[in-house]
Amino acid sequence: MKEKLILVGNGMAGVRTLEELLKIAPDQYDITVFGSEPYGNYNRIMLSPVLAGEKTVDEIMLNDLQWYKDNNITLHTGKTVSKIDRKNSLVITEDGTEAAYDRLLLATGSNPFMIPVPGKDKDGVIAFRDIYDVDTMLAAAKDYKKAVVIGGGLLGLEAANGLMKQGMDVTVVHLLDSLMERQLDKVASALLKVSLEERGMNFLMEAQTEEIIGNGRVTGVRFKDGSELEADLVVMGVGIVPNTELAKSAGLHCERGVVVDDTMLTYDPRVYAVGECAQHRGVAYGLVAPLFEQGKVCANHLAQLGYARYEGSVTSTKLKVTGIDLFSAGDFNPQEGDEVLSLQDPAAGTYKKLVIRDDKVKGAVLYGDTIDGTWYFQLMREGTSIADFRKTLLFGQHDLGDAGYGDETRVMSLSDDAEICGCNGICKGDIISAISKEGLFTLDDVRAHTKASSSCGSCTGLVEALLASTVGEGYDEAPSKKGMCGCTEHSHDEVIAGIKKYELKDMRAVFDLFDWKTPDGCAGCRPALNYYMLANWPAEYEDDAQSRFINERAHGNIQKDGTYSVIPRIFGGETSAQQLMDLGRIAEKWKVRTVKFTGGQRIDMLGLKKEELPGIWGDLADAGFVSGHAYGKAMRTVKTCVGSEWCRFGTQDSTKLGILMEELTWGSWMPHKFKLAASGCPRNCAEATIKDFSVVCVDSGFEIHVGGNGGIKVRVTDLLCKVDTMEEVLEYCGAFIQLYRLDAHYLERTAPWVERVSLSFVKGRIVDDAEGRMALHASFLESQKFAQIDPWKARAEGQSAHEFTSLTLAN
Amino acid sequence: MSDWTEIAQLDDIPKLGSRVLKTDTMSIAVFRTADDQIFAIKDECPHKQGPLSQGIVHGSTVTCPLHNWKIDLASGEAQGPDEGCTNTFATKVEDGRVFISMAASAEAVA
Ligand code: SRM
Ligand SMILES: Cc1cc2nc3c(=O)[nH]c(=O)nc-3n(C[C@H](O)[C@H](O)[C@H](O)COP(=O)(O)OP(=O)(O)OC[C@H]3O[C@@H](n4cnc5c(N)ncnc54)[C@H](O)[C@@H]3O)c2cc1C
Ligand code: SF4
Ligand code: FES
Repeated sequence: MKEKLILVGNGMAGVRTLEELLKIAPDQYDITVFGSEPYGNYNRIMLSPVLAGEKTVDEIMLNDLQWYKDNNITLHTGKTVSKIDRKNSLVITEDGTEAAYDRLLLATGSNPFMIPVPGKDKDGVIAFRDIYDVDTMLAAAKDYKKAVVIGGGLLGLEAANGLMKQGMDVTVVHLLDSLMERQLDKVASALLKVSLEERGMNFLMEAQTEEIIGNGRVTGVRFKDGSELEADLVVMGVGIVPNTELAKSAGLHCERGVVVDDTMLTYDPRVYAVGECAQHRGVAYGLVAPLFEQGKVCANHLAQLGYARYEGSVTSTKLKVTGIDLFSAGDFNPQEGDEVLSLQDPAAGTYKKLVIRDDKVKGAVLYGDTIDGTWYFQLMREGTSIADFRKTLLFGQHDLGDAGYGDETRVMSLSDDAEICGCNGICKGDIISAISKEGLFTLDDVRAHTKASSSCGSCTGLVEALLASTVGEGYDEAPSKKGMCGCTEHSHDEVIAGIKKYELKDMRAVFDLFDWKTPDGCAGCRPALNYYMLANWPAEYEDDAQSRFINERAHGNIQKDGTYSVIPRIFGGETSAQQLMDLGRIAEKWKVRTVKFTGGQRIDMLGLKKEELPGIWGDLADAGFVSGHAYGKAMRTVKTCVGSEWCRFGTQDSTKLGILMEELTWGSWMPHKFKLAASGCPRNCAEATIKDFSVVCVDSGFEIHVGGNGGIKVRVTDLLCKVDTMEEVLEYCGAFIQLYRLDAHYLERTAPWVERVSLSFVKGRIVDDAEGRMALHASFLESQKFAQIDPWKARAEGQSAHEFTSLTLAN
Repeated sequence: MSDWTEIAQLDDIPKLGSRVLKTDTMSIAVFRTADDQIFAIKDECPHKQGPLSQGIVHGSTVTCPLHNWKIDLASGEAQGPDEGCTNTFATKVEDGRVFISMAASAEAVA
């Protein structure tokens, strides 16, 4: 017999918990759901667009009735649970239905707060909480003209905007002197008021409602100062109160909400609570992002995995009024000792304010241009030090040298047929309709359903912007402790720490320690784990070929037709007549279809069949060539210029330095591809300032640069330091690489890594700490002993022969 | 109607790996899972004909090397939101020897 799980409250938090549970333990429970509302689960936050006529109720359904059937969930709609009999483990509904549980999940949400004034129960006075309320408002808008919305917060303004869109004459009444005072400072609040007034909204500020007047149906509102406003409809949008009635009556400990611990458990070990009804570490949240995090943790415990913990959330807000861009997060009102950075452009109608404490972002208010909201929010949640880019912080992420393709500012003004994902040909309209039809909340969901942003990733920012604007802040914006992939809840950092601490040298041991949910991991995590163990235990770990992407397993780049390319190493880009003749001879012998100079100063031979590879590699090895690793998350190329040997401007022998760097680093596996360069003078003909590690030679020595990237998002390097000799360059090079190899996440290039850990961190380890630098360099040299074995020669001599031969049908 | 043909020793195929079987008409990818099950499917991804044999194997699924579709080895069907199917062939292992039945393909597809 399966255990019985009952969910009370068929809303966003409860059903999300069930979804998470079904993902990890689909058969553990017999599930029954009770919901007061007569629908499946819908996206409550989209009620505002429904009211504004921008969406229909059908479009905001997240889980229709069929979903419950498909997952064998018994759903009772239109039934309110009125009693929990904890002694006998039963829930009882208003109409007398009883059901027994082994575990109970409360997700009863909140009730709208109705200000206790005379007349609040009159016809035409309602809240803004569910489909019923929206239907009531839509009906009123047909027959009546004047609406008063009490409350100038998020909810009130969205209600007012919707009613205005429905043709009503709307006045917002607010107790205080500034709108959305819990999310906005005075400046932003004033800007908001002006734009709403321009759209036709009326405001009555600092007005305290005393009575709602009318016989039967409302006709007006009277205020404390005796003034009155005419009204045919009054919407109370003043706030919400956690709905704890049921829990309280069952004797569960409640304060403002039902009190839960970090596992979402109430004081009864069989009763959990999530969502707006729950109070965690003193906070009851009223936004979906934290509720979804709670749901994930709760599911983990319901599935008896028992390791997830909810530690509270930092929240951010956006106002869903089309055409108004507003973002707010954290402590936006500075405390003593805080610094405030702000930027206001009255002509452009934009305002930005950041509150900084100890070099960290503590709060943000953005008005008019909210593109960087996601970024500031991430800096805030991850506690990133902004010391290195303080000067440009206010100008946004783009000013970090990211002059690439992702210009999110324009994304919302694009037409539906504008292509967002260039790799997969996905248009804006496709993405938006998938988000609303399939009820997608996360980037991963969008990737799975549309393929957008699933290839090169350069459009990720655009897709995130679309998600944010389509679902509001309900979408999970890359939580800082994101699991590595669908196979685990554990983050890259946790797994790396585990591999180090427990000296794990075996894939299965990692799966066991971290409770992997899949038997063999997936194509995402296995290559990462293989890399982490290889980087940490170069001598002991046995490389797992089956956990490598085909390019690395076959040591060549797979092409669209299934053939491979061969790019031998040409150290520092310097070749010789003999080498060129050898390459020509070999290319001719193997009838290479295309011979091409690459962007990395070497020669690509394309179109070889897999079974031909060991043969051509053998010929190349005989002529003295080694693999160029053009296929790997590995050290790739060292680009050089001619330098002082020939160039009239050259200050140092950059070609020689390049060759030395390549001899030092070739063969090394990396978290991502890794490129180097050396330019002979600041004219920089080797384009050194967009490489992972590079040197710009100057008369007095060598400037060392790190963290550059050409590619998808161009990032110019940061200057690490200046040294006097080539020997020093090599030591810094080895040390920097080793730090990156051991610290970065798999598939994180140096550019995003340096931005994440900060240049100060890198300087601290490489420049300021001479002993540490030498130790890192030594550990790099040690690992190179195992890496600088030419994989091509080894395979030409028969290693992994099965990889390159096929089976035949024996007769 | 069985036409079992021996194609390899079990150990010729790496665990969580594959070998390609070339026939006159097509290439077939022969996979071995962690628990030594053997699956044979046409070496062509339903998306854009990527060589599935070159993908990473996990559980009884392979991830196509070209654009990451996940193909179920038993049914040949694309998983998750992707749609498409490739042919499968019956296999069996006896005494560490791997056999394939080419005739079974018609049923497997149905
Ligand atoms: C062959 C070559 C193009 C050419 O004909 O010149 C090339 C070919 C490919 N590049 Fe590149 N890149 C080549 C130089 C570059 C350069 C130029 C350079 O190195 O100076 C860049 C920009 C510089 C940089 O990386 O910062 C470059 C940025 C990329 C990127 C984007 C990386 C990024 O961090 O944004 C990718 C995609 C990726 O790695 O995920 C990529 C991916 C690819 C792949 C591997 C796509 C794939 O996954 O199959 C292409 C493989 C074709 C093949 O089979 O050979 N290639 N690629 C160049 C090989 C250089 C070499 O000698 O090894
Ligand atoms: C108009 C509007 C706009 C919003 N906009 C945003 C936004 O932009 N961003 C954001 O993050 N959040 C927004 N929110 C808030 C967000 O919708 C809520 O935080 C979220 O829905 C709460 O989820 P929940 O599951 O806790 O509660 P709910 O979704 O309210 O679900 C609780 C359900 O339980 C049912 N129930 C209660 N008691 C019982 C009982 N005894 N028996 C049976 N059923 C019961 C209720 O009828 C309800 O259906 C908005 C809310 C509203 C109303
Ligand atoms: S070689 Fe590079 S730029 Fe050219 S098509 Fe391939 S990935 Fe794109
Ligand atoms: S060809 Fe297999 S995923 Fe595209």
